[in-house]
Amino acid sequence: MPQKEKVLVANGQGFWGDSILGPVRLVREGPLDYLTLDYLAEVTMSILQKLKSRNPEAGYATDFVEMLDRVLPEVLEKGIKVVANAGGVNPRGCMKAVMKVLEKHGRKGVSVAIVEGDDILSRLDELIAQGEVFRNMDTGAPLASIRDRVTSANVYLSAFPIAEALDRGAQIVITGRGTDPGLVLGPLIHEFGWKASDYDLLAAGTVAGHIVECGAQCTGGNFTDWRSVPDLARVGYPIVEASADGAFVVTKHAGTGGLVDASAIAHQLAYEMGDPRHYLGPDVDADFTSFALADDGKDRVRISGVRGRAPTPTYKVSISYEDGWKATGQLTVSGPDALDKAKLCADIVWKRLAMDGYEYAPEEKLVEFLGTNVCHAGIEAAAGTPSDVVLRMGVKGADRDKVDRFGMELVPLVTSGPPGVTGFAGGRPKATEIIGYWPALVAKSRIPTRVEVVRS
Amino acid sequence: MPLVPLSRIAAARSGDKGAGSNVGVLARSDAAYAFLKEHLDAEQVRRHMAGINAGGVRRFEADNLRLLNFLLEDSLGGGGSASLRTDAQGKTHGLAVLRMELDVPQSVLDRTPPP
Repeated sequence: MPQKEKVLVANGQGFWGDSILGPVRLVREGPLDYLTLDYLAEVTMSILQKLKSRNPEAGYATDFVEMLDRVLPEVLEKGIKVVANAGGVNPRGCMKAVMKVLEKHGRKGVSVAIVEGDDILSRLDELIAQGEVFRNMDTGAPLASIRDRVTSANVYLSAFPIAEALDRGAQIVITGRGTDPGLVLGPLIHEFGWKASDYDLLAAGTVAGHIVECGAQCTGGNFTDWRSVPDLARVGYPIVEASADGAFVVTKHAGTGGLVDASAIAHQLAYEMGDPRHYLGPDVDADFTSFALADDGKDRVRISGVRGRAPTPTYKVSISYEDGWKATGQLTVSGPDALDKAKLCADIVWKRLAMDGYEYAPEEKLVEFLGTNVCHAGIEAAAGTPSDVVLRMGVKGADRDKVDRFGMELVPLVTSGPPGVTGFAGGRPKATEIIGYWPALVAKSRIPTRVEVVRS
Repeated sequence: MPLVPLSRIAAARSGDKGAGSNVGVLARSDAAYAFLKEHLDAEQVRRHMAGINAGGVRRFEADNLRLLNFLLEDSLGGGGSASLRTDAQGKTHGLAVLRMELDVPQSVLDRTPPP
């Protein structure tokens, strides 16, 4: 098959909860070769693992299946391939649900692939016995200190299994935990035949993937100069126009809102950045200081000259564990004297709880008076007296009952506090689990991956 | 030298990074980048953000992006799902840094179009 000169890879979902209009409009409003979708965050894996423990069929991103149901006819008509990490902790369950959608639409012969091997929760003890310590990358502590509280453990897999799935004819590829940029890199490896030692090319694909992985955050969303961004309501989601030599253009469909310029792209390149010289992934150590960024016409930015180095012999592992309980709740306090009354309310809550034997250490509780410059505390005083204040309170700790007890003293303020307290629509705040995050490393040689392709 | 908010000569993007956050400060011109690279250090950002960040601050540079990247080590009140704060992900930290006031030479301002 002759190699395409340009390959169009879009990202239509920056996280689980992103707008369904992203993928729907990407498919409908212009040309596309690949639609990628990112559903997974660290906390998501633990939530999905919990859902799966209650129901073995669950544990994947159900949004993906609903989205696919909506765009499937157009996706298949236009020959767009779909790559999503919607598998969560149950890629197989996700594939089953996708097969049902294909069946519902009467589509036979569509190839669906899953990538497995990232979920090592059931292998943890075996890997520990083999010598893996899973030291916390931030604190250096060994996993043994929280082993009995671990709720999920997933490896950030390479993009090569995604490429393998596409090589084998898959039109829809479902993965569990891989890197976010890998969703874009995988298709480029497949299209251009990039090799595991093509570090500059793999780095280019990684940079491209990083730019688009948060959806509209590189096309005018969350942009400092927001007044200059046209038509954010109709914001276009990002598209990478890639070529075999690693140079690529980031753009969006013509006629969509938002903007793509060097500043918008630089904004996203800075997102969640550590040391820009070393952006470590499973396939390459990409150098974010190596390339040139240039405007290339309206809503087009060209990136070239990306350099990369050999990756490390380890994969990053995202482990989550039970880390106690928390509850937060809020009430709205109207003027006059909104702030004074909100302060009295907070004081009343702590006093009533103490009266009943519940006291919380300073690091276990928080009070915020939203409307008084909470987000930028200590930087600028709020201007004047706020007309309304949202009183937001929270507690956390190891004892679930103690956290729940707090939730019972917030709403009573409506009738037993100062006047003008309202906005209790959410009801009583309830304890929710705190999911601890434990980043670690594991030897690549101990993590086999498996690709399975099934036809509808 | 005129006293101006950092937002006059730079944009920013921030997000969570473990128990802390990163703030990428993006200079609006080459002149602004040269000035900031010399005059906006980690200690200034640490002091400015002390009401939000309990930890240290480290600075990294990417000349090709006119980017100074600041890592705030303990800025989320526990981080991830353990935080009780409204901004548990550091989404607003970029704008917070941009509110810093700096003495900027007129020559730098002249070569940096306002947003």
